[in-house]
Amino acid sequence: MKKAIVFKNVRKNYKQLKAVDGISLSIEKGEFFGLLGPNGAGKSTLINMMAGLVKPSDGNISVMGFDVNKEYQEARHSVGIVPQELVFDPFFNVREMLRFQAGYFGKDKSNDKWVDEVIERLDLTEKSSTNMRKLSGGMKRRALIAQALVHRPPVIVLDEPTAGVDVELRQKLWSFIKELNNEGHTIVLTTHYLEEAEALCNRVAMMKSGKIVALDSTKNLLKEFSLKNLKVRLEKNNIKKISVLLKETPFQQEDDWCTFKLKKVSDASGIIEKLNSLKIQILDLKLIESDLENIFLKLTGKN
Amino acid sequence: MNTFRDQLIGTWTLLKKELLRFWRVAFQTVAAPVITGILYLLIFSQVLGDRLEVYEGVNYLVFLIPGLIMMSLLQNSFSNSSSSLIQAKIMGNIVFLLLTPLSYLQLFFAFLIAAIVRGMFVGICIYLIAMFYVDLPVEHPWFVFIFAFCGGGLMGAFGMIAGIWATRFDQMAAFGNFVIMPLSMLSGVFYSIHSLPQMWQNISHFNPFFYMIDGFRYGFFGQSDTSPYLSLLIVVSFFIILSFITIRMLKSGYKLRN
Repeated sequence: MKKAIVFKNVRKNYKQLKAVDGISLSIEKGEFFGLLGPNGAGKSTLINMMAGLVKPSDGNISVMGFDVNKEYQEARHSVGIVPQELVFDPFFNVREMLRFQAGYFGKDKSNDKWVDEVIERLDLTEKSSTNMRKLSGGMKRRALIAQALVHRPPVIVLDEPTAGVDVELRQKLWSFIKELNNEGHTIVLTTHYLEEAEALCNRVAMMKSGKIVALDSTKNLLKEFSLKNLKVRLEKNNIKKISVLLKETPFQQEDDWCTFKLKKVSDASGIIEKLNSLKIQILDLKLIESDLENIFLKLTGKN
Repeated sequence: MNTFRDQLIGTWTLLKKELLRFWRVAFQTVAAPVITGILYLLIFSQVLGDRLEVYEGVNYLVFLIPGLIMMSLLQNSFSNSSSSLIQAKIMGNIVFLLLTPLSYLQLFFAFLIAAIVRGMFVGICIYLIAMFYVDLPVEHPWFVFIFAFCGGGLMGAFGMIAGIWATRFDQMAAFGNFVIMPLSMLSGVFYSIHSLPQMWQNISHFNPFFYMIDGFRYGFFGQSDTSPYLSLLIVVSFFIILSFITIRMLKSGYKLRN
């Protein structure tokens, strides 16, 4: 499969700070790729270098086979970027803004039909003649997404597209982005909402301090770093007892709940048997599976 | 592929947007400078109209009009490109231009032509209103046009430099208040530099605005303080130098792609 985006040993230094530190990464055509990391990890710098907004200190980046510096015009035709900030031109309404944006890419009036389709698919029809200043935050976000699509790019990059967006709109945006992916667009998503990445992305890269600390399919990451916890609710007297009797099986206590970390699911039956043999009554129990958030916190060292 | 046709459409789109941008706020961008120009005309002509004759056979009011037209043209050409860039930078919507395949030359020409158009439009409005008061001769129309075009272009390029360099509105205001305003006021809009003491006459020759005003005025009266060809040479040279600097800034991404 041909690559949609290739980063080759990309670096960006701001004086002493290594914002991006030697990243090499390929994103396949048609992939739904997630870029995760805490603030300052280097995600936006990486995307801005790909968009030509920031010049790399070293390395090469290509989009659909076009070098973003040497063949910048072709590369920019191939990518639509939804910026993180809600930026807009206060002089124009939604439709005008979208038509101007398409025009910058050399699209003439024959593209207006597609602009209207994008407006409709993003539920912006009623607001298409409204000045950008007068739109709500959610509507501005939709207009930004529309702006990235007007020139029909094969690659779409969404930098925190659902930040500050209510749950209903977030769901709508998710399904729209999924549709785009199903139509063959390559999607790159940076997000703080890990459930978003878990629900949408086929593959995920986790960044920390300008480096990639994990890169795999979402499924494999969940499998590889999966942590399972057994939570049991006991009477408070019994909790004191087991802290003495189960010295070799450490646990964390929160009110009357004790959490045991498991290496494998079968360890749970051993703990339950031990508690039974000690005649300690289990009032309630839960088996909790790890999610992307746990993996993210583990890898990025955030608690 | 980014074809030549794509590039033409891209440049035309940006030019159209820049023209609409000032037209949407024409009250501020056209009406206000026209009224300011007319007020200068009324006040100075009332106070000095009958007492001064700068050129032989040319009434002071008539002498004043080309200078005021050119001063407004220059200030508005500067304002158009500088305000567009600084607003887009501060609002963050400059990103929509930087993400496109528009080349540095496309950006340069679109901003430049929009600046010239706004400057000329304001100038023509002042000229048309002034026609109600006096008969203004136009001895050399091509000189009028070429100085208006090059002056507007020079200031449009200068506005781009200021807009790219400035990162705050107060820095931009400093450009207007401490560079553009003094240079235009001391350029001979309201007087002939021959009426100044020798030292100030010499200093005036270092002011590029003087050549733009003087050459433009020559187009109307066929008379000027210095050779119109020297003025043309200096104005065209400044236009080329400032355009070169602007293109270099746009090409390198100075303070834009950072």
